[in-house]
Formats: sequence, C-alpha cells, structure tokens
Amino acid sequence: MAEIVLDKVTKRYPDGALAVSEVDIRIADGEFVILVGPSGCGKSTTLNMIAGLEDITEGELRIDGERVNERAPKDRDIAMVFQSYALYPHMSVRENMAFPLRLAKVDKETVRQKVEEAARILDLTQHLDRKPGNLSGGQRQRVAMGRAIVRDPKAFLMDEPLSNLDAKLRVQMRTSVAKLQKRLGTTTVYVTHDQTEAMTLGDRVVVMRGGLVQQIGSPQSLYEQPANLFVAGFIGSPSMNFLPATLADGHLHTPLGDFPLTDRVRRLAETANAPRELIMGLRPEHFEDAGLLDDAEKARGGTFTASVDVLESMGSDKYAYFTVEGETATSAELEELAAESGSTEMTDNGSQVVTRLSAASGARIGSDLTVWFDPDKIHLFDPQDGRTLTYSS
Amino acid sequence: MSEAVDTPRAAVKGASDGKKAERRLAFWLCAPAALVMLAVTGYPIIYSIWLSLQRYDLRFPSQHEFVGLDNYITVLTNSYWWTAFGVTAFITIVSVVIELVLGMALALIMHRTLVARGLIRTVALIPYGIVTVVAAFSWRYAWDANTGYLSQLFDPDGAPLTQRASALTIIIAAEVWKTVPFMALLLMAGLALVPEDLLKAASMDGATAWQRFTKVMLPVMKPAILVALLFRTLDAFRVFDNIFVLTSGAQETGSVSMQTYNNLIKGLNLGIGSTMSVLIFLAVALIAFIFVKVFGAAAPGNSDNGRR
Amino acid sequence: MAVIGTKAPGGLKARWTLIDIIVVVYALVPVLWILSLSFKTKDTLADRNFFPREWTWQNYIDIFNTSEFLRALLNSIGIAVIATVIAVVLGTMAAYAIARLDFPGKRLLVGVSLLIAMFPQVSLVTPLFEMERSLGLFDTWPGLILPYITFALPLAIYTLSAFFREIPWELEKAAKMDGATPAQAFRRVIAPLAAPGVFTTAILVFIFCWNDFLFAISLTSTTASRTVPAALSFFQGSSRFEDPTGTVSAAAVVITIPIILFVLFFQRRIVAGLTSGAVKG
Repeated sequence: MAEIVLDKVTKRYPDGALAVSEVDIRIADGEFVILVGPSGCGKSTTLNMIAGLEDITEGELRIDGERVNERAPKDRDIAMVFQSYALYPHMSVRENMAFPLRLAKVDKETVRQKVEEAARILDLTQHLDRKPGNLSGGQRQRVAMGRAIVRDPKAFLMDEPLSNLDAKLRVQMRTSVAKLQKRLGTTTVYVTHDQTEAMTLGDRVVVMRGGLVQQIGSPQSLYEQPANLFVAGFIGSPSMNFLPATLADGHLHTPLGDFPLTDRVRRLAETANAPRELIMGLRPEHFEDAGLLDDAEKARGGTFTASVDVLESMGSDKYAYFTVEGETATSAELEELAAESGSTEMTDNGSQVVTRLSAASGARIGSDLTVWFDPDKIHLFDPQDGRTLTYSS
Repeated sequence: MSEAVDTPRAAVKGASDGKKAERRLAFWLCAPAALVMLAVTGYPIIYSIWLSLQRYDLRFPSQHEFVGLDNYITVLTNSYWWTAFGVTAFITIVSVVIELVLGMALALIMHRTLVARGLIRTVALIPYGIVTVVAAFSWRYAWDANTGYLSQLFDPDGAPLTQRASALTIIIAAEVWKTVPFMALLLMAGLALVPEDLLKAASMDGATAWQRFTKVMLPVMKPAILVALLFRTLDAFRVFDNIFVLTSGAQETGSVSMQTYNNLIKGLNLGIGSTMSVLIFLAVALIAFIFVKVFGAAAPGNSDNGRR
Repeated sequence: MAVIGTKAPGGLKARWTLIDIIVVVYALVPVLWILSLSFKTKDTLADRNFFPREWTWQNYIDIFNTSEFLRALLNSIGIAVIATVIAVVLGTMAAYAIARLDFPGKRLLVGVSLLIAMFPQVSLVTPLFEMERSLGLFDTWPGLILPYITFALPLAIYTLSAFFREIPWELEKAAKMDGATPAQAFRRVIAPLAAPGVFTTAILVFIFCWNDFLFAISLTSTTASRTVPAALSFFQGSSRFEDPTGTVSAAAVVITIPIILFVLFFQRRIVAGLTSGAVKG
C-alpha cells in the first residue's frame, strides 16, 4: 500500500503532441481515485505513466515518497487490470493468476494458496482449470482482477475494466470492485470515460480534458461546484442545461425569461467579476411542474411556459424535454461535450432544456406546460474560457 | 487514446527519441529480408535486361557483343515465340475461368457442407500440397497409351498426349485439378466475410437462392475474388511443370516458360533467353497492372491499418 | 442453407454426402492412381487397370537401392529444410516490423514483396543461371536455397504479419505489469502465442520449396544438388530398355508422403495460413 504523487507530470510525444500537461495529483494511501474524461483527454496516458508503460517526459512520479520515473513496470510493484483483460490465452485461469507470483519466484505452495484465496474471493474456484477462451465476459473480468490482487501490490491501476461488459453486469461488477477495494484497502487509480462509474466508485474524481486536469474533488463537490463548463456538462446525467444569458442591473436575461439574481449568486458573480454575456447552467432537478407548487414557493423562483417535446416517465419521476426560443449557448467546451455524447440533436432555433419533474406532474407530450425553476441553483460561466463565476470555495 | 510506443527496445527507457529507436529496430529487422529479395530478384532482372541487349550464346562465346534491340526483333518476329505465347494465354484464360467456377463451387461446399466438413477441407488440400511434378506424372501415366486407364476413354487406339488439342486439354485439366483447392480457399475466406444476416435479410426481401448468390454474395466477395483471380492468373501464366512432364512442349504445346527454359538449357543462348525473360516479366506486369487499375484489385495484406 | 435451398433434413444430408464424395474422388483419384502404379509389377504395369492385379514392393526396393534417388531425396530434404528455416527467420523479423512498428518504407517493402510473389520465376532462370555459373553456385545447395528463400519470403512475410496482427499485444504490457522483464514477457507470453503462426508459415514455405521444379532443373546439372522433382524427370530404368514408370511412381509416392502428413495433421493451420493474407484485401 502506498501514497502516489504526480508532480507536474507531463507527456509529450516525439512528434511534439502534448498528451498530458503538468498533472498534479496526490493520491493518499488506500484511496480510490478515478480519472475520468472523454477519449483523448490523457487519462489512459496518465495511467500508463504511473504504470511505467509510458515514459514521463517531464515532472516526477513518487510512490511512497520515492521517485520512480526511471523504474521499469516490474520494479514498481503495481498491478494493472486492462480493458481487454489481457488474459494469457495459452494459460489456464490458475496459471494466469499465478503468473505474477511465479515471476516473483514465490514458492509453489504459497502460489497455490494465494491463487486459491483470490479465486475464493472472486468466486472463480470452479473455473480455475479452464482457459480464458471458455469463460464469460464477467468471469474473464474477475480473472483479470484476480491476477491483480494475488500479489498484494502497492497499488491497483484499472484501465476501463468494466467497459467490455454489458450494462447489467457492469453495474453489478461496479459494486464488487468498490467492495473489493474497500476490503483490501489498496490504493487504486481507475480510468473510465463513464461519469456514472466515476461518481459511484471513487473517493475522489479527477476530471481531465485535453491533457489538462480540470478539477479534482469528491463526486458530490464536482456535481455541486463544477469549476468550469466542461466539468458541469460532463458530470451528471442527464447533463446540466446550458443557456445564453445577459447580466444587467442584477437581472439575468435568459431564454427562460428575465429574473433577478438571488443574493448568493449576485455576491459570487460580483466577486468573480462576471462579464455581461454569460452562460447559465441549471440542472434538470432544479425544475418542477409549476402546477404542483403553492404560490409562495412559485414566487421564490422563475417560470416559463413551453410545449413538451418528449416525455420520459421513469416511475419515480418524469423527464420532460422542451425547446426554448432564442440563441443557443456556444463555447468550445460545449461543442466538445456534444461531440463526446454524440448528440447532434442541436435544434435549429432555440436550445433544448431537460427537466426532472415529480411523478405527479400532468405533463403531456405536445401540450404546453408551465415549469418553475430555482434561480438560487443556477451556475454562471464565462463563455470565453468556460470558468465558473459562481464558485464558492 | 494514443498508443504506447512500445517496441521491446524503446519501451522501458528509450527516452524522447523512442520513434528513432523504433525506426532503427524496424530497419535492422527488415534489412536481411529486403537484401535477399533484392539480390536474388532485383539485380538479376537488371542483369537480364543487360544480357537481352547482347548477342551471347554459350556455344559461340567469341561472338559476345552488344546488339541493341536485335534480340527483341528476333524473338518478336519468331513464330515459335508467338505460338508459345498463344498457348500460354489460352491455358491461362481457360484454366482460370474453370478454376473460378469450380473453386467457387468447392468454396461453397467447404463452407456450407453439413457432412464431414473437416474431412472435406483436409482432402481438398491434397491437390494444393502435392508436388506438381508428381501430379503431372499421374496424369501422364493416366493418359499414356501404354499404361493409362484413361487413354482409351474417348478413342480405343488413342494416344491423347500426342494430339495437340487433347494434349492441351489434359494440360489444362492438370492445372485446374491442382489449383482449384487454392482458389477455393481464397474464395472461402471471402465467403466468411459475407454476414449471415445479410443473406437472411435478402431472403426476407424475396431474393431466390440464385439471386442471393449473384446479388449479395458475389458483390460482397468481389475483393476476395479479384485477389484470387490476380494470383491465379499470374501463376497460370508461368505454367511450366505440367507441360514439361506431360508433353515436353511437343505438338506446339509449349508455354513461354518452356521456350525460355529450352533456349537456356538446350540452346544455351543467354541473349535470347534473357530477352524472353524480360518479355515475360513485362507481360506479367501488364496483367497485374490491368487487374489493379481496371478491376481495382487490392493487393492483399496491403491494408496499412493493421497496427492495433 | 442460404444457397442450396431447404429440403427435408434427411434428403439434405444425403445430398451433401453425395457432393462430399464427389469432392473426395476428385481430390484423391490422381494420388491413388500413382500409388496404384507404384505397386504394380513390371509385367502388369501396362494393363491399364486402375488397381494393381498383382502387388509388389519391388519398385520401392529398386529406388532405395539407387544412389540417384537417395541422393535426390537427401538434396530435397536438406535444401527445403535449410531454405525454410532461413526464410522463416528472416520473414519473422520483417513481419514483426511490419505488424508492430511504424517506419518509413513499410509500404514499399510490402509492395516489393508482393511484386516478388507475383514474379514470373522463369524470368530469373536465365540471369541466375549465368550469375551462379560465374559465382560457382551453379549446381550447389546454396544455388537452389537462395532463390527458394527469395520466393518464399513474400509468402512468409504475408502470412506472418497477418498472424502477428492477431496477437493481442496488450499482453506484453500485462506481462510487464505482472513483473516480467522484456525478455520474460517475450519468452513466456509472446513467443507461445506467435509460435503457431511461425509453425504454419514454416509448413507453407516447406511445401513451396519441396514443390519447386523450374529452379531445380535449371540450376542443377548433376546429382550433387538435383532434388527429387527434378530427378524424376531424368529417371530412366535400371537398364536402357526398361520402362521407368514403376520407379517414377514409387519415387513420386515417397515425396508425396510428407505432404499428406502435413495436410492430415495441420489442415486447420494450413487453411488459416493460406487465407490469412487474403482476407485483408
């Protein structure tokens, strides 16, 4: 078990491309840290540098206070689980799990004990003598985990270990990975592109984009206090709604209507020196069907009326999609997020707003609905650089 | 994610010049193979062009001199050469067409048979693997007037290998027998690329079995078919072993390869032999060019996206 | 069955059995005929009967008693094995580079080897004949091994690079993470995975070398390096007036045996090897 420190770690490829830029992360002993971001953000490169599979161009990587930049992977005492599982097809499950121990010249009896112990934990005992080719996806995944845990390494590195599983199994394995990590208490760095996995698994989440760390924090703090547009849009599902807004005289002019800033927001915006043109963000759960609220509550926030485009009834609540007239919010971050989620459903005129309403809402597709929103929950962003203007440290 | 530059040498400590190290390693790995191929084909071809411009007959070594294109004129105005060329072209076209049809049939059989699939695939490989000369002797003795069980199939006093038409037919049959399995294997690889769902969809759309074959399978398999045809055409054009054993080129059944060989070994005329070598090389290059440019055949293994 | 149409399962099976029998007959008759000839006695050789009326081992005894055949067999084996080993080693190196490394000239190398694969071998016979005479390689083992390597290399490079692309190279990283040195990662993980491809390629290359006739008769002049296919065409009976049919057949059967064994034991691999390069087109 170990503390892992990345100190201004940078990866530049020989052709000059900058894959990872000055990443600073201090991972405490026993901590479960998630690196998350869209493909190409540098998260896997960062993981490979911790593993020693890629060289560090600049900066320092310390494990337990010791610089390990120059150490070969085998001398770092770190285990890794790969997305493809990377099981050796010519070895049985037992041999696969024993491989790292055999390389470390552990005596046969200990190897047998450790492999069987790991197999018992991962429920693989009856599959020990099969070849990986004859196992299901979930079983292969567990073998890969087993190979990592048998040698009791200083840290686990996991590179999208669940993304080759089907949705149901993925959720199941997510829980077992979390349980296993807590049980073993081993420092773990986990890479994923799936924000749900990041939110549910980690003690702390590192959001990366374009080789830069965007924000590091607990899942809840990332959700509530995103440092910029990218993090705001990336974390949370359905994602935050973004609308263009103009700030004048303490009032916000938005496609949802004009309304005054609440005291809290105004103070933050003033401190942050907010410009006139802004992007406003509001999460789906901060909307409600106005018909379900009493007048006092209604008066505390703003309302808008629009026709329901799509209605998804989840049972516990309803998601209603609207198109609101006016400009759409634009910024480099938002475009990247749209490209990442593959959503090309940019409406021609107006922006889409997703709202989460109570199950009791009488919303119907095609008919108008008046929706209330909570102006105290809005986030404001600078469209130029995407930084948040409502960040309360 | 960008892929790790991960050659055995560059992986661990090869610092920023990992790319250079990779190239250096690649160079040393490829150099021996490239060198051998170049030395045994590149140089001789150039040497061959040089020789083709000289009078050089080993029986009259004193008359060794530069004669420009005289040898080409000699060969190209020679009726034996054109006969051999015609025979080669005839054998090539007829045998490749038959091979394509039979090969496709065999490919479908190997791909779809319900009974003894492994056995069929094994047996079909025997013609491919067997030494051509051995097969040729088998055919020769089969049609030989004295020993052959087939010799009197069509004519009780027949000696089929001594008649030009029947001899050519037998040569083609021997070629076809030997190479249909290879053709079938290449086509079977193409067949495996036709998704089963596509055929199901076609039959849902109302296509008959024949329509499914011609409208769905053949178009999807086209690249594989072209590659197979290209390979086989060039291979058929060099036909030699079968003719050598079956007729020795008698009754005007010799191919251009036979002519070249005879010129070299029997005639010992290096100038004329080289001229023929160059002409055959040009003919083959032309065939390959036509296949690639006109039919758009892709060179196999040429897909550069193989790096994962 | 998409192509053949549907019928009652029983009839379908019978029909496939019939088709399969046709294929088996097609493939085996010429082989069985030469086998049959090799067992015929001298008196019944010309009886035009497909099966021998009298069986004898005499033809085999005869060929194994002539130094001509034994020498040719030795030449065939020696030349094919040496050429195969060298071609596979060089091919493996080049194929590894093509499949795994990024370097300028990769396309050129692939293109050149494709060119050689399609090259008319007869075009090389005349210049090689002259070159080998002046270099003293004519009618020697190296004189045949060199062209065999050259023409086997494209085959080896294609087949191997197709196989190498299939290897999950992430395993190399996994092995390093599991504590292996680069050498251990290669020896314990990559080599066992690459071995089947290398082996298959070796079989294909061997068949190619074993099969060659054109170089074998053009670049040899004595029994010093004449291989069996070439020797067969020079076979005369033990006396001038004797029909060599029986002995030729017996010799032909002998050199067919390794091919049959390869096909029987490694059918799957040979099919995979022959088709691996072609699928990518």
